[in-house]
Amino acid sequence: MSPISRRELLAGGIAAGAGLVIGFYLPHGNESHQDSFSPNTYLRISPDNRVTIVVARSEMGQGVRTALPMILAEELEADWKQIEIEQAGASTLYGDQTTGGSASVRTTWDPMRKAGAAAREMLISAAALTWNVPRSGCTAESGCIKHAASNRSLSYGELVGKAATLPIPTDVPLKQSKDYKIVGRRLARVDSPGKVKGEATFGIDFRMPGMKYAVLSRCPVIGGKVASFDDKESRRVAGVSYAGKIGDSAVAVVADTVWGAMEGRRVLDVTWDEGPNKDLNTAAVMTSLKQAASKTGVNLFAAGEPAKVAGRHISAGYQLPFMAHAPMEPGNCTADYRGSKCELWAPTQVPQDCRDSVAQAIGLDPDQVKVNVTLMGGGFGRRLEHDYAVEAAQVSKAINAPVKVIWTREDDMRFSTYRPASLHQLSATLDASRFPAGLTHRIIAPSISGQKGQPVPNGVDPDLPDEAGPVYGIPNYSIEYVMAETPVPLGWMRSVYALQAAFALESFIDELAIAAGKDPVQYRLHLLAKDQDLPYFTTTWKTSRMRGVLQLAAEKAGWDKPQPAGRYRGVACFGCFSSYMAEVVEITMENDQPKVHRVVAAVDCGQVVNPSILEQQIQGGVVYGLANALRAKITIEKGRVVQGNFDDYSPLRMDETPSVEVYAVPSQEAPTGIGEPSVPPVAPALCNAIYAATKRRIRALPILS
Amino acid sequence: MADLTLRVNGSERKVSVPPETPLLWVLRDTLELTGTKFGCGAGLCGACTVHVDGNAIRSCTTPVSQVAGKSVTTIEGLSANGMHVLQQAWLAEEVPQCGYCQTGQIMSAASLLAKTPNPSDDQITQAMNGNLCRCGTYERIRKAIHRAAGNTAGSGGKR
Repeated sequence: MSPISRRELLAGGIAAGAGLVIGFYLPHGNESHQDSFSPNTYLRISPDNRVTIVVARSEMGQGVRTALPMILAEELEADWKQIEIEQAGASTLYGDQTTGGSASVRTTWDPMRKAGAAAREMLISAAALTWNVPRSGCTAESGCIKHAASNRSLSYGELVGKAATLPIPTDVPLKQSKDYKIVGRRLARVDSPGKVKGEATFGIDFRMPGMKYAVLSRCPVIGGKVASFDDKESRRVAGVSYAGKIGDSAVAVVADTVWGAMEGRRVLDVTWDEGPNKDLNTAAVMTSLKQAASKTGVNLFAAGEPAKVAGRHISAGYQLPFMAHAPMEPGNCTADYRGSKCELWAPTQVPQDCRDSVAQAIGLDPDQVKVNVTLMGGGFGRRLEHDYAVEAAQVSKAINAPVKVIWTREDDMRFSTYRPASLHQLSATLDASRFPAGLTHRIIAPSISGQKGQPVPNGVDPDLPDEAGPVYGIPNYSIEYVMAETPVPLGWMRSVYALQAAFALESFIDELAIAAGKDPVQYRLHLLAKDQDLPYFTTTWKTSRMRGVLQLAAEKAGWDKPQPAGRYRGVACFGCFSSYMAEVVEITMENDQPKVHRVVAAVDCGQVVNPSILEQQIQGGVVYGLANALRAKITIEKGRVVQGNFDDYSPLRMDETPSVEVYAVPSQEAPTGIGEPSVPPVAPALCNAIYAATKRRIRALPILS
Repeated sequence: MADLTLRVNGSERKVSVPPETPLLWVLRDTLELTGTKFGCGAGLCGACTVHVDGNAIRSCTTPVSQVAGKSVTTIEGLSANGMHVLQQAWLAEEVPQCGYCQTGQIMSAASLLAKTPNPSDDQITQAMNGNLCRCGTYERIRKAIHRAAGNTAGSGGKR
């Protein structure tokens, strides 16, 4: 173990870039922490034996406030009951704090483990020095260092004074998974008690003295602007104190209460400059996608030469609509602008983007903007946008007072960003045994990053490398991306492009199996039979691991046993965010509509950190995926989003929710993503079940359109 | 503006608000009881569920003037210490993910159990179908209600 100065490590950590920063630094400037042992940015141990672990990702329901500290506590050999959690706001200490891409556990697995292990080794050294005994006789256990030979023990709190004087080790031993005491256990989530008592503070619950409330009237036509407005009636509403233009396309109404602001907006008279999209409708958007399909795309994956394979040719096209995230907590943010600084309380997946975007919008430097991260009532990608934070800062600056901007449900539905609509062209050439010797998948979709003006290297939307990879060991196999364009605002929605790619591919594979007269599970297993590496950008997909989840799902579903009369099954498998997923969906048909009774889900996501949270994520992903498959559709008429609330954009309710069984392949591989991979297989598995029941092939979502 | 006297969680509270103000915003903004949530403003999602004289209602579509003189119970007043049998069951089954809808879910479930102490799966579905959860916690909600009703074996999936 070589000592290294904390300053050096801080500099090195930041240079190392996104998500991999260990970021050792000098103890907190905060006076109250000056006696604490704080060997790195993630951990603080006080003399009174309080162990505080900092979570630098946002909690939106996926369990990071529990899972990430579990990883550090494991290596620290902490007593889990003594752990306290601190939520980091926007910072320069933790690398990229974006919470998305099913990345929190997989990108902090190493830094959190190393942070815990470094502290553990320092505490062992401190105890050895205190007792004047060899380090090798000291062990860390449940928040204490023990010296078995003399039966002595000191708590971590008792050792922090000495530990803080020691050099921070860099090359620390990490535990073997067989020795884990915390990781892998169904530990209760730390955030649950506050949530069932109604004490948890979500963004919308935050309040501060003198705070006003604002709602905004936004141009209903995509890309339109405010021409003029008359606030005479608004100002007559009790409590309304201000109405003013915010940016080019909105007018804010500020009041003492939310209801006052809503009433003030209701009677606000705005004349809109509807702009170039006033005649846009869904049909025109889909036509433009069809026109883009004739363009040459870029190869995402290429094995062999599918075009040169001879044999029976089969092709099919698939289509998916725009969809809205619709998290339960509508958009909101509180901002307090004070001249040379601005502080925000934001339910956000991107605290650093909020900081930078707010700074730019109100003319401050990023270090003059402080972003606190609140709990959020669902994210699903909606809170990867900074729109509501910028609005809150702009309104606070305009009225020179703290303000909470609240979006209504209709605001959230109509002024959101949407999962891109897409087209898919699949074609295959079957060999003599009726398996595909060649397969091509063309994905025609607008680029989310491209629309936002972010880099799209080589014409490849930067999300596709995580979400549209190959599944099967087909000798001639190509995946191609054709970038389309649309004026409809686009955003990253849970599983992003993987939902589209999996729907098309896994429906098509089912079509091939049916055409070949073979069992859909056996057909897929044949295409996965040989152990193969399928390199795809930075991931190497392994047919062995996909085969493993497919076999596990089929076995647990009892695929080889006959179904009761009237019950039908469909299967699909897909990999995204480096995890492997297979699902079997069981349905009956009632009044020509599917009723889903049971979903068996098998996952290979490497080492499982908390099996209860894993089960939550997969059950939740399946329910989300079912809503996407059955009904989710955002349409455009006269440049306006048609849907407005949970009546015309209807999520799944309890009566439609199946039992979801979750099985994980035991693994000691490093953890991979789990927030999103259960979503993509749902739609194709369900559509394949519907085919089994009705011989009707669904090639366009949603199913109930 | 109207001066109204409400009985909220056992205490008398005087408020001065426009009488058509939805109860939700009076609870959240005026009385600072933020455990009751805003989800849709249209009675479609159940996040705002509270009890009025023991019945589960949607506070986002209930004008405050309608509950004057009646007894309102919010999640904060469901039990003295936040450990109602349903809240305990919610923790035992690890129901919450984001947690935003869960206070409304618990209030709907409490109204169900008060009238139907040992509900069937169908009765649970009927009582809970108005409460949306985008995290998809329905299966654990069902188990938690069974657990709270004393049937810790859960639903057994018979639906």
